[in-house]
Amino acid sequence: MIRLNNVTKTYESTGRVAHALAGVSLHVRQGEIFGIIGRSGAGKSTLIRMLNLLERPTRGEVWVSGKDITRLGEGQLREFRRKVGMVFQHFNLLRSRTVLDNVCFPLKLAGASKAQQRERAYEVLDLVGLAGHESKYPRQLSGGQQQRVGIARALASRPELLLCDEATSALDPETTQSILRLLLDINRRLGLTIVLITHGMDVIRAVCDKVAVMDAGRIVESGDVMDVFLHPEHEVTQSLLSESGVDAEGWRDMAQSVPGRLLRLSFRGETTTQPILSRITRELGLNVSILQGAVSRIKDVPYGQLVIAIQGDALEQDKLDALLAGEGVRYEVLRA
Amino acid sequence: MNFSNIDWLLIGEATFDTLLMTGFSLLFTVLIGLPLGIILFLSGKGQMLHNPAVYQVLSFVVNVLRSVPFLILLIVMIPMTRVLAGTSLGVQGAIPPLVASAAPFFARLVENVLRELDPGVSEACRAMGANSRQTVLMALLPEATTGIVAAVIVTAIALVGYSAMSGVIGGGGLGDLALRFGYQRYQTDVMIVTVAILVVMVQILQVFGDRWVAKLNRK
Repeated sequence: MIRLNNVTKTYESTGRVAHALAGVSLHVRQGEIFGIIGRSGAGKSTLIRMLNLLERPTRGEVWVSGKDITRLGEGQLREFRRKVGMVFQHFNLLRSRTVLDNVCFPLKLAGASKAQQRERAYEVLDLVGLAGHESKYPRQLSGGQQQRVGIARALASRPELLLCDEATSALDPETTQSILRLLLDINRRLGLTIVLITHGMDVIRAVCDKVAVMDAGRIVESGDVMDVFLHPEHEVTQSLLSESGVDAEGWRDMAQSVPGRLLRLSFRGETTTQPILSRITRELGLNVSILQGAVSRIKDVPYGQLVIAIQGDALEQDKLDALLAGEGVRYEVLRA
Repeated sequence: MNFSNIDWLLIGEATFDTLLMTGFSLLFTVLIGLPLGIILFLSGKGQMLHNPAVYQVLSFVVNVLRSVPFLILLIVMIPMTRVLAGTSLGVQGAIPPLVASAAPFFARLVENVLRELDPGVSEACRAMGANSRQTVLMALLPEATTGIVAAVIVTAIALVGYSAMSGVIGGGGLGDLALRFGYQRYQTDVMIVTVAILVVMVQILQVFGDRWVAKLNRK
């Protein structure tokens, strides 16, 4: 669906060259929800604007739906943009127009008749749960409702790709959740590919299939959300995770005072709910203490991670391996 | 003070002339200043049709016209006024210099109103595949309506004041009357009446304008 090849973007100002993007390659599959996370200034906003060419790359190619969009002429590019929806952090609605007119706007640009515009607008407003609010003005709506209008407007022209530029960053936690549920619902019902940028791991965990972590204009880590959550490698990923309460390194402080081997167990899916610790103590006769643990869900899949200390006279490595492998639990030895 | 010597018919005529001058000048000011302001905005830094050459030239012309004192502009423009209006006297003769002075002023106000708009709106339009014409006509101008109406009111009030000044070169209207009777013939009563009428005019414009803006804002 989307492929970026070594895209760079540099800004020159008074002789100094700043790299907003320093060679980014990216692949997003059809129907996926792809999250891009990073701190402010990491280049994620520039990156998402490459996907509809609101910003042009200095070098590199941007392939969307089989076309290198950097080669499109002005007219073709406008045509292309009509097939890509975009949702903004501050909604960017027309305050002087009603909800209905706002949603009709892209259809009007595309030259649809009045009747067609209205029919489609009612349809998408219903889809985002705003039926009955058509004749209100944006200022009469709450932030979450305004963002729903933004989403309806983005969906009006039946896009294949939806770009979300920090779509929930201006909303309170509860509203954020409802908007994220809406995005997930749209993704499933319409099979729409969604690329979103955010600075919160919670957003990634709630809706994304894939994630790319950005730092200083580069993608420093990417992959399945589950893998990145369970085995974060780059320090930026680790600190972003620990800020959202998924701390992978807290066990280190306690490790000094605890004897025995230290293991990190990673569960995903059904194994998360299996009584593995009690089997280790009962069947292998080992003592187990938990130094750190988390159980949560990524999208709908439960996952968990435990750091445990194991003590016992007769530690039989083979048996432990067999037990954990039998349950499908991956582990790594943190201290032998 | 004795107001019994005042020729009320003359005052009525002069009031009507002032209204004509202000009205027609305002009309042409908006017709010229609005597109000029839009072009200034669009060709400015970081905007859709960014063009330093166009911006610099227009900006320079606007600044020059705004820095020439109106009284001087009146006199300098006399030959051009004769061509444009057929005469340099009376109501007709006052309109070209009034427009030449007010249009650049109004254009700057429009430019500022457009610049104050949330740039997110333009970005959203671009993202939806709008060209710059569609963005201006369908999004920016409707969004800027309140600000532009306020700018029209400010300009109208400035025009009332300027139109009075055109009395110096025989422009007609209340200013002319105040000058000829009030100043040159020492008829203080005429002076007071004309000033009072001007004050009332400006008041009406302001109150009416504020109400209009408030009504637009309520949307």
